[in-house]
Amino acid sequence: MAQQVIFFILAIIIATFSILAVTSKQIIRSATYLLFVLLATAGLYLLLGYNYLFAVQIAVYAGGVMVLFIFAILLTNRPGENIKTELPVRRIAAGITVIGGLAFCAHIIYWNIKRVGELVSQADISPVKLGHTMLGTGKYEYLLPFEVISILLLACIVGAIMIARKR
Amino acid sequence: MILNYSQPLELDGVSKALDTSLSALPDFWRILIECVLVGVVILTTYAVIALILIYAERKITAFFQARYGPNRVGKWGLLQSVADTIKILLKEIIRINNVDRFLFFAAPFFMVCASVMTFGAIAFGKGLLAVDFNIGVLYVTAVSSLGIIGVLLAGWSSNNKYSMIGAMRSGAQFVSYELSAGFALMTIVVLTGTMQFSEMIEKQQYCWNIFNGHISSMIAFVIYIISGHAETNRGPFDLPEAESELTAGYHTEYSGIQFGFYYLAEYLNMFIIAGIATTVFLGGYMPIQVHGWEGFNQVMNYIPSYVWFFSKTGVLIFLSLWVRWSFPRLRIDQLLALEWKYLLPINLVNIVVMVILVLTGLTLTDLFPSLF
Repeated sequence: MAQQVIFFILAIIIATFSILAVTSKQIIRSATYLLFVLLATAGLYLLLGYNYLFAVQIAVYAGGVMVLFIFAILLTNRPGENIKTELPVRRIAAGITVIGGLAFCAHIIYWNIKRVGELVSQADISPVKLGHTMLGTGKYEYLLPFEVISILLLACIVGAIMIARKR
Repeated sequence: MILNYSQPLELDGVSKALDTSLSALPDFWRILIECVLVGVVILTTYAVIALILIYAERKITAFFQARYGPNRVGKWGLLQSVADTIKILLKEIIRINNVDRFLFFAAPFFMVCASVMTFGAIAFGKGLLAVDFNIGVLYVTAVSSLGIIGVLLAGWSSNNKYSMIGAMRSGAQFVSYELSAGFALMTIVVLTGTMQFSEMIEKQQYCWNIFNGHISSMIAFVIYIISGHAETNRGPFDLPEAESELTAGYHTEYSGIQFGFYYLAEYLNMFIIAGIATTVFLGGYMPIQVHGWEGFNQVMNYIPSYVWFFSKTGVLIFLSLWVRWSFPRLRIDQLLALEWKYLLPINLVNIVVMVILVLTGLTLTDLFPSLF
């Protein structure tokens, strides 16, 4: 009962602010609405009992990515002005992309909806177990992908330094 | 397991009694009532601690500057901060033209929400802990990082270049020093092997973490205190709101209770940093205990745990004020150089040292199991 009430509140927040994020004419407002969506998603994780995912969602998206977004937007030319409406051709193209994206998401949700029950029952993994899973080499342990991602991030950092470096 | 001695003045009996008396109700109502009660208690504590901190800060500042401080309202000026609160509540919230209304009004709430959510994770005493996840340390670092969005939005939506510069400075400063604070906490996570605050405190019964990991812990503690100061925009790191250059930085345009939110959050962030440092490094609400000294332990346990917590935190807050009024303000390039060229490399090496200490069994609890 209480869970359902909270779920519906979060769902309404996510739906409303997702639409607002796309329809807003000011880019900085879009970013703020997107932030609300991300925070409400973190709330959903908390509701499911995925504490770790909740904290990571807030730290990475709300604390990290959004701060970078806002910084980047503040550095752009006149972030507060209303954006002009695009050409009709572009609107049609955007509409087709949206429908494609919706179909793709619907497909994934439709085929995975049965597995939700078993995923939820695994909630609240201890940090110790999580660490062993991330850094183990056995079956269902993910050291290699973890390290590959870290190399990717390292490459990004080196690239950023190369671009920002004064000659 | 922890405290086998009698503790007559603890408050956890009250919460247990409440829990049993409510157990007759259906689950939904019980949870609802308890959630509301916890929320009310946390918000009240938040406000009361802010009042006390503001008075303490003004008195201690006066002490450092060799003057009296507030001494007109009430005995020794004790009611000064109450009077200030009433004044700030009665002030008009000024509506400014040409600002983005929605963001302008939303910004203070980010700041104060982030601060309250972090506040909930502090263990004030035995059983007085609202949020106790198994990833407590991660929760605190994650949630406290939300405040910066309030600062950035406030700076931008004020439509004022001084606010904007203050917000950008604050953003750069916060993002940098958050890294150091997180790594310093991680060092202690390596030492204790847990991220849960309650477990962390229980493990520090006989030997506080700051002594347990000796060299490495001390370095981590100093780094945490420095970066904590920087994160709260206080002490020698208050350049986002440097009065002489930027009027008041990102909250220049705010008035009334909106300014009050920033003011409150700043003081409470100081308390939160001190509280987390107490919990992680100084044994939290644990009294001083020595192996074998039964009488001594008994006496120490008669002092309730919240008194221990608040006195340890109080010492750290005094330290913070001492630093604030002793050092001149840093320039922005000095500030960033301090973080990226000194603190961060030291921190990374420090974590490796801590890992070696733990793996080779050189921590105090491993070396002298009978003493600690």
